[in-house]
Amino acid sequence: MPHLKVDRVSKVYKVGAFGGKELLAVRDVSFEVQPGEVVSLIGESGSGKSTIGRMILRLLPVTRGAITVDGVDIAQLKHKKLKGYWRTTQGVFQDPFSSYNPIFKADRIFRLVRESYFSSVGSAEWKSKLAASLEAVSLDPGQVLNKYPHQLSGGQLQRLLIARALLLDIEFLVADEVISMLDASTRIDVLNLLGDLKARGLGIVFITHDLSLGNYISEKTVILRRGAVVEMGATDKVFGNPQHPYTKMLLASVPQLHSKWEELDPQLKAQITELAGSQAADRPYAEAGRAVLPADRDGAELVEVEHDHLAAPV
Amino acid sequence: MSLLVDDLKVYYRTLAGDVRALDGVTFAVGDGEIMGLAGESGCGKSTLGNSLIRFDTRMRYIGGHVTLDGTELPIWDTAGMDAYRFDHVSIVPQYAMSALNPTRKIGAMTADLLRARGVSAKKAFPELRRRLDLVGLSDDVLDMFPLELSGGMKQRTVMVISTLLNPSLLIADEITSALDVSTQKAVSETLVGFRDRGFVKSLIVITHDLAILYQIADTILVMYAGRLAEKASGETIISSPRHPYTRLLISSLPEVGIRYSEKKLVGIPGTPPGLLDPPQGCRFRDRCPLASKKCLEAPPFVEVEDGHHVACWEEAA
Repeated sequence: MPHLKVDRVSKVYKVGAFGGKELLAVRDVSFEVQPGEVVSLIGESGSGKSTIGRMILRLLPVTRGAITVDGVDIAQLKHKKLKGYWRTTQGVFQDPFSSYNPIFKADRIFRLVRESYFSSVGSAEWKSKLAASLEAVSLDPGQVLNKYPHQLSGGQLQRLLIARALLLDIEFLVADEVISMLDASTRIDVLNLLGDLKARGLGIVFITHDLSLGNYISEKTVILRRGAVVEMGATDKVFGNPQHPYTKMLLASVPQLHSKWEELDPQLKAQITELAGSQAADRPYAEAGRAVLPADRDGAELVEVEHDHLAAPV
Repeated sequence: MSLLVDDLKVYYRTLAGDVRALDGVTFAVGDGEIMGLAGESGCGKSTLGNSLIRFDTRMRYIGGHVTLDGTELPIWDTAGMDAYRFDHVSIVPQYAMSALNPTRKIGAMTADLLRARGVSAKKAFPELRRRLDLVGLSDDVLDMFPLELSGGMKQRTVMVISTLLNPSLLIADEITSALDVSTQKAVSETLVGFRDRGFVKSLIVITHDLAILYQIADTILVMYAGRLAEKASGETIISSPRHPYTRLLISSLPEVGIRYSEKKLVGIPGTPPGLLDPPQGCRFRDRCPLASKKCLEAPPFVEVEDGHHVACWEEAA
């Protein structure tokens, strides 16, 4: 069984003129993804969720720690092996319109995959493969092939990108805010599509800022704040019995359809205002300067609240 | 009635012809009312907001009237609207981040703006400081460049500046879309606070997020493809919608507590029609499960219950 493990990963960015400052974007994050499960990384902007996704895809190097697939550190992969890794792990990103080159037709993305991965596959076989992957994302080939990106809707473009990933023999998919740009009436269908892929045995890292989406689709949830995990575990446990005040605040801030903000528990409300205040006081790059990487086994370890549910101590 | 919009039609001029972005829209916003305007992208909600304050060069006024506090606004006349803009109607734009001049400090920029409206900066600044304080920003903000503020802070700064002259109507266009959930909540509550304190008389809040509107709006107006679909109180729209579009839209929204493994939500099949040459009759017809022959004729926007308007033949009967 393939099995993706993020093990005590930290990431430092060089920022400022000539990279003179450092920004600790991810600190000491660990979680695992099994086939057939969706793990949500939930956090606000600047929480490091997208950085983690990009590190899993090996678009960014890891500063400390390791990301392993079946025990193999992906940082060690080179040339053919790296290409082999990308055959099994692919990403889909937020803005479908910027993922395509507007000068070329949208189905060029399939041709590029064929050129670099399936150059020996015959036309007929390729056609049936393409048809199968388009069917998996419920697209009608006649409607989407041979069209330019501007002729297709955001939902269709996003599905095409998922279909492109499916052409390869992928085991893991990193879905970074894939539906935040889509309209309400079509976004749920793309989300359900991720659910179908999960049923087919794919491991999905679902990155979102929207708690209700993470709650809807995922088995496991990781809540991030400023690069560190504040709470993680089985989704129903994290959402049903939140321990960390930050998780409670996020949950209480989500606009609900059937209960109003005013009906919140006053004690929780005060806590939220306090946290939101400290949040607002943070300037971007407040942590710039020389970043201090957490030493081994140092600082806030997560505490087990119940089975399959960890939270950072307050 | 603070704002009355009567049969407003605004088209976009393109090489291929007129895009009917706003095709006959009639509604009213009362004093002290927060009206939410919801819809998908391309339904005309931002066009409606923009046309109440400033026509951009591609927009073409076709017909209709807008009356604010008993005076008809010359919305088709960009120069004529100068007398009303910011004093009577004001807007918080979608990207507050880019609404601020990056080369000027906030204080200097605000003074420029006030001067352009013929208001003395000296007289207005104490009030400006008081209001910044109300939204949780310190005086230091005035000496900062926009670059130094976070997204939520910029958003709140723009909100304070655009309501400084106590306009009668404020249009807030997608102001929460780019923000984090906790900031989103703070910004939405600030809007309600502005109304409660009388900085603005009434508000039109434009967003695609119905859940936010349910939290803050008194009434919600749902638009579809350039026309009105349904208008009612926030509570009614969410708990007992009558237009098929509103119903399907609300049933497709995931909420905390709904799980894929337990209850699978479904979207609305199809896409909204193009507005270059919109279909005759009801524009939701092609995606509507209830569509019948009658729908080839455009349904009127009628009151089915007290304060509940729907544009659907099924409901009008």
